[in-house]
Amino acid sequence: MADPSISDPLSPLGRGQGEGSQGEGSQGEGPRGEGPRGEGPRREGPRREGPPRRARALRHVTLVVGLVITLALLVTAAVSVVYTPHDPLEMSIATRLQGPSAAHLLGTDQFGRDLLSRIMQGAITSILVGVIAVGIGMAVGGVFGIVSGYFGGWLDEGFMRLVDAIQGFPAILSALLLTAVFKPTLTISMVAIGIAFLPVFARLTRASFLEFRDRDFVVAARALGAGDRALIGRHILPNTLPPLIVQATISFPVAILAEAGLSYLGLGTQPPNPSWGLMLKEAQGFLGLNPWYAIFPGGAIALTVLGLNLLGDGLRDVLDPKTASS
Amino acid sequence: MQRYVVRRVAALAVTLLFVSLLVFVVVRVLPGDPALIILGLEASPDSVARVRQALGLDQPIPVQYARWVGQALRGDLGRSIQYDLPVGTLILSRLTVTLPLTLLAAGFMIAAAIPLGVFAATRHRRWGDYLTMTLSQLGVAVPGFWAGLLLILLFSVRLGWMQSGGFDGWGAGLWHGLRSLLLPAVALGLFQFAVLARTTRSALLEVLREEYVKTARAKGVAERTVLFRHALRNALIPIVTVAGIQLGQLLAGSIILESVFYLPGLGRLTLAAISARDLPVVQGVVLFVACMIVIVNAAVDILYGILDPRIRYG
Repeated sequence: MADPSISDPLSPLGRGQGEGSQGEGSQGEGPRGEGPRGEGPRREGPRREGPPRRARALRHVTLVVGLVITLALLVTAAVSVVYTPHDPLEMSIATRLQGPSAAHLLGTDQFGRDLLSRIMQGAITSILVGVIAVGIGMAVGGVFGIVSGYFGGWLDEGFMRLVDAIQGFPAILSALLLTAVFKPTLTISMVAIGIAFLPVFARLTRASFLEFRDRDFVVAARALGAGDRALIGRHILPNTLPPLIVQATISFPVAILAEAGLSYLGLGTQPPNPSWGLMLKEAQGFLGLNPWYAIFPGGAIALTVLGLNLLGDGLRDVLDPKTASS
Repeated sequence: MQRYVVRRVAALAVTLLFVSLLVFVVVRVLPGDPALIILGLEASPDSVARVRQALGLDQPIPVQYARWVGQALRGDLGRSIQYDLPVGTLILSRLTVTLPLTLLAAGFMIAAAIPLGVFAATRHRRWGDYLTMTLSQLGVAVPGFWAGLLLILLFSVRLGWMQSGGFDGWGAGLWHGLRSLLLPAVALGLFQFAVLARTTRSALLEVLREEYVKTARAKGVAERTVLFRHALRNALIPIVTVAGIQLGQLLAGSIILESVFYLPGLGRLTLAAISARDLPVVQGVVLFVACMIVIVNAAVDILYGILDPRIRYG
């Protein structure tokens, strides 16, 4: 989720929102799919499971669809730097709030600005915030997890209580507080969403460090005189990366959802910069006049998140069949 | 068991202290003078000094923190500058919207997700399963506030069945109030519903693979009984855990949905307070909601330990 919920980021969010729950949903589905083959599909008595081959084929469909959507997103964002059908900031009162037409494929907003061009540029904002927010959560959470898992004891106890406390701050809550103290900016959404991701990365890193701390190769390195820094950086850290990378692929779409929610509330990106959430906020005033205005930016968010989720699921299944979701 | 609960409650107390410290650090310690935030940069030095004194900002930082926490523990979250009312009173009055909205969304989420998850699990790798999973993929991709906009577009702009938002208060009748919260609750619960449906499905599939389920089937126990009496009851432990965590996320998410539907709840109170530079209100609401989320999470954790002894001794 992520929540994060995203909770959620929003929690998202969260979600934060996006905390753990979504990850558990897709990751914790246990060994199925390629699982214990010997037991076969007939073990559930009269009810028949579909053949595993269909499941495997579906897995590839998931991966391919996710890949196509994600590539389309990246290409759109890259292209929008050099080319958009219209200037995204160019206003034209005569053609305001129009539906889709040949001149404006997705219609226009309340200032007559071209929606397609603005949605294309909005992709950059989403990707940027998503990448940096996940980076913040991973870096800071990682440090927390290392301290907790490697040194243990009171330090561990203290840091984990702090992480519990941070879990009480979904992106939206941190963003409200930070906006009240500072000015609403893009940086605030990145930091707020990053904070929401901190706990999950801290817990994952801590768990890996606990797992590897007393392994033979670490004990051996220590016996050979390796200091804490070498043990952490050279010997343990590389082993902790795979779960962190998987978590990052789960968190990225949650971060995009959270960014949209924050800018919808006016806590993130500020006009005239194009952001999908911000566009929806503005579109709400014109639902009766141009419903397309409220449909396309939201569709862009949903499609992006769908693509990233599918890509993440597909990659996890291909890379790690043991935890494959079916 | 008792020792476990006592230990967890003590940990919760420490966590809550950290929550208060985080809020305090952002508001009082980070660069930015609360008095200037409240008054604006053009304020005269005289009035700044007066506000600083009224807020206790002239005291040393640790003293300020101790005083603030002490007051918060007694339920005193400060006074709103905009309304000149205690922040606690404001929060309680707005909770009459936010809490029913959150609970309604949670009810919708649970009522829809668990049956759907069970349905998908019993049709594992068949079309019913794939369809459900596709729906839940869509559910976790659609932002709640956009779902809200689409619902408004459909039900009030197109069909004209409902007003597009607003809330007349509970004085206008229970049904009238619930009606205003219905669409926002659906939009709010959608994302978490999809997550919970997937959780239910995977938890149930996990249990259905257990030996005792096989035994029950071999004995000739009816499939319904196997499913609901044997399997679902054990699958409920992870489901309840996830649902509990989601409760906190729904509370946070309601802040956004209140804005979509113009509901006078905690979220709108806070956003208005930000525009009005009413710092005590923002600080109070954030502290309150964060504590609520932490308490719910801890309660779920403790409950989990009680239901599943492996956690307690692990």
